[in-house]
Amino acid sequence: MTAPAPVETLDLAARFPGWVTPDSRPGYSGWIVEKDKLLDFARALRDDLGYDYLSSVTGVDYLPEGKMEVVYHAYKTTGGPGVNFKVQVERRDPVEVPSLVSIYPGAEFQEREAWDLLGIKFTGHPDLRRILMWEDFAGHPLRKDWREAYFEEEFKPFKSRWPEGKFQMAEDKARLGDNLSFPAGFDPRKKTDFDPEKALYEALRQYQKTESGLETEHLLVNIGPHHPSTHGVFRVAVVLDGETIVNLKPVMGYLHRNHEKIGERNTFLMNMPYTDRLDYLTSMSNNFGYALAVEKLMGITPPERAEYIRVMMAELTRIANHVWAIGFLLNDLGAYFTPMLYAQEERELILDIFEAVSGSRMMCNYFRFGGVARDLPDGVLEKVRDLAFDRLPRKVDELENLLADNEIIRARGIGQGVLTAEDAIRYSTSGPLLRASGIPYDVRRAEPYSIYDRLEFDVACRPNGDIYDRMMIRFDEIRQSLRIIQQTVKQIPAGPIMAVKPAYQVRVPPGEAYGRVEGPKGELGFYIVSTGKSSPWRYHVRAPSFINLTAFGPMCVGQKIADLVAILGSIDIVLGECDR
Amino acid sequence: MDTNELNVPGYEIPPEVQGQVAITTLDRIYNWGRRASVWPMMFGLACCAIEMICTAASRFDLARFGMEIMRPSPRQSDLMIVSGTVTKKMVPIIVRLYNQMPEPKYVLAMGACASGGGPFKEGYNVVSGIDKFIPVDVYVPGCPPTPQALLNGLMKIQEKITGEHWRNSRWYQKGRDLAEIPIPILGPDLIDPRKVEEYHRRLAESEA
Ligand code: SF4
Repeated sequence: MTAPAPVETLDLAARFPGWVTPDSRPGYSGWIVEKDKLLDFARALRDDLGYDYLSSVTGVDYLPEGKMEVVYHAYKTTGGPGVNFKVQVERRDPVEVPSLVSIYPGAEFQEREAWDLLGIKFTGHPDLRRILMWEDFAGHPLRKDWREAYFEEEFKPFKSRWPEGKFQMAEDKARLGDNLSFPAGFDPRKKTDFDPEKALYEALRQYQKTESGLETEHLLVNIGPHHPSTHGVFRVAVVLDGETIVNLKPVMGYLHRNHEKIGERNTFLMNMPYTDRLDYLTSMSNNFGYALAVEKLMGITPPERAEYIRVMMAELTRIANHVWAIGFLLNDLGAYFTPMLYAQEERELILDIFEAVSGSRMMCNYFRFGGVARDLPDGVLEKVRDLAFDRLPRKVDELENLLADNEIIRARGIGQGVLTAEDAIRYSTSGPLLRASGIPYDVRRAEPYSIYDRLEFDVACRPNGDIYDRMMIRFDEIRQSLRIIQQTVKQIPAGPIMAVKPAYQVRVPPGEAYGRVEGPKGELGFYIVSTGKSSPWRYHVRAPSFINLTAFGPMCVGQKIADLVAILGSIDIVLGECDR
Repeated sequence: MDTNELNVPGYEIPPEVQGQVAITTLDRIYNWGRRASVWPMMFGLACCAIEMICTAASRFDLARFGMEIMRPSPRQSDLMIVSGTVTKKMVPIIVRLYNQMPEPKYVLAMGACASGGGPFKEGYNVVSGIDKFIPVDVYVPGCPPTPQALLNGLMKIQEKITGEHWRNSRWYQKGRDLAEIPIPILGPDLIDPRKVEEYHRRLAESEA
């Protein structure tokens, strides 16, 4: 168990005079770094001050001020609060900021995303292509002056729906009668050769030369986006030498459904059900992260009973997610669907509890700012008790007995797809992936939120960083979650479940907040900027599935192609969150 | 279905072979066979796919309807369950998969997203329903539809199959347009090759 490090007062402005100034805007915190000193600053931050883990990189478009900002959140893997630093540049198209990939390789995909959606060019980035949209797409959609074809108004609720409620189909209003917008002067009748794959294949081509001098030919194989073992619509382009993987590039965005753009038009509360659909297997813990971030801005804390309910639901979610992940990993290893059926049986029982408390099996939409939507209905606590004390411990042992000593699982798991501890940190991986590589980093302990500091549990950790450890750590975590649920069932107090009166429109003071929770897949963070209006000005999701994939390529290189599927299964991604 | 259901009314079956012999029509036996062995494509897009997997698993048990064999290859499937949000980046692939499925083929739009864009309709990368590109047989509302709702939708597909007549079914027609659906193009935005003239006209109108 890592105890949180003592809070040190960090005066970066005194340490780096001339490079760094405190961010003094009301409601903001952190530091503003001079653009040309960014690399030196980041290197000192990592090497001298020990902030070795870059959690999140994102951009904000401050259109009225004529500025663009890149926001970084860095932490220490030994625990404790993080530091948040920013680079501001004048708003142009495109703007240029130095890339941090050479210092924190975990920034690779996040910087590509900021380039794609905000038009921030990271100079020195090794492979700056679009990541969620396709290469020929016109514009950078998260810029505040970019409008989608179905644009109605800047902020919801739209006047057409409320209070008058005269609804008209979006198709009838759009210029092209469809969700389309072409740049001025574009003639759709002209035959043009658009090739969305060109940039990708060019990026891979540099690896096509063989070093041995032998004139062997490398083969390019595309797996996905329609492939049963990619867990959705994920695609990998792999360069093979025989059966050995020489290089690979993940291709994403096939489920990019514009979560952040829609989220910046929605009111704060409207975003809650959308977070359900991020990682749709773990809606309760997504709710948790978002609620925490907004509550930070609003300065409220939920009442005791609500905290207990929240933790109970979040841990049930973790169990449901992990049994599912184990089942699917076994699918990928060839034990087609039988372990999955064992796993699903337990997940269904947990879903019954979710349905009882929230009304929906998957999309729970259960948390509110300052509490939860409803109290536990009669009988639910007994059901949870039965599960946590009796059934699940038994069933988890049973599942583990069936799998842990299986010869095929050991042969294909032990020593395969290894991610070393250093790499796990460098690539900003989180969750079970990080902990299976021997780093006992868990947000619930490193920077405790809610009531986790009062609960007893251990941070599961395994040393080897291979596929087998990544499977086994999920069993360990399920056991720890059961311990937590048992405590919450015993200790849950009576009382109110909301700190404030429930309201459709919440008043969120201006400022920024970064709320993070330890989701089942890893660190789930929400970066929110409020200007005091009804909708967030910036709403960014630090998605663990997305960032964990940064380490996917390095883990696979040198392995056989058949292992790729198993490695992907052991990371446990969900595309809804990965592509957002 | 037992032989009584297979029997066409109006034919006398001698009592000694009742239950063993049926007199039926080609349509009935053909549709009966097809209906009881629909092979869905193993193809998940988003959240709805999770409920589809739950439907296939033991609690809801799709096998009761002869549909438990999910095939990842479109060439072996009869039914495409579009289970989730259709994005512009994905739609060329979905259309290609649809083209690769052999006739007779059916499409079920599962959930709000596949039916009309759903909660993400306003998004810049979201297609407002798969029916803008491929013909849909059954829509199942919900976000996500519960497994029970999906089962109901699948039974509707079975009903549709039961009511078909080989003489006027699409795939036995001569001269009917069975050509492949043209694959959408990813340009500055999604271009549907069937609609370029319309785009051009509308662009000209809105500029005028
Ligand atoms: S209809 Fe709802 S559950 Fe289904 S894919 Fe769309 S958002 Fe997800």
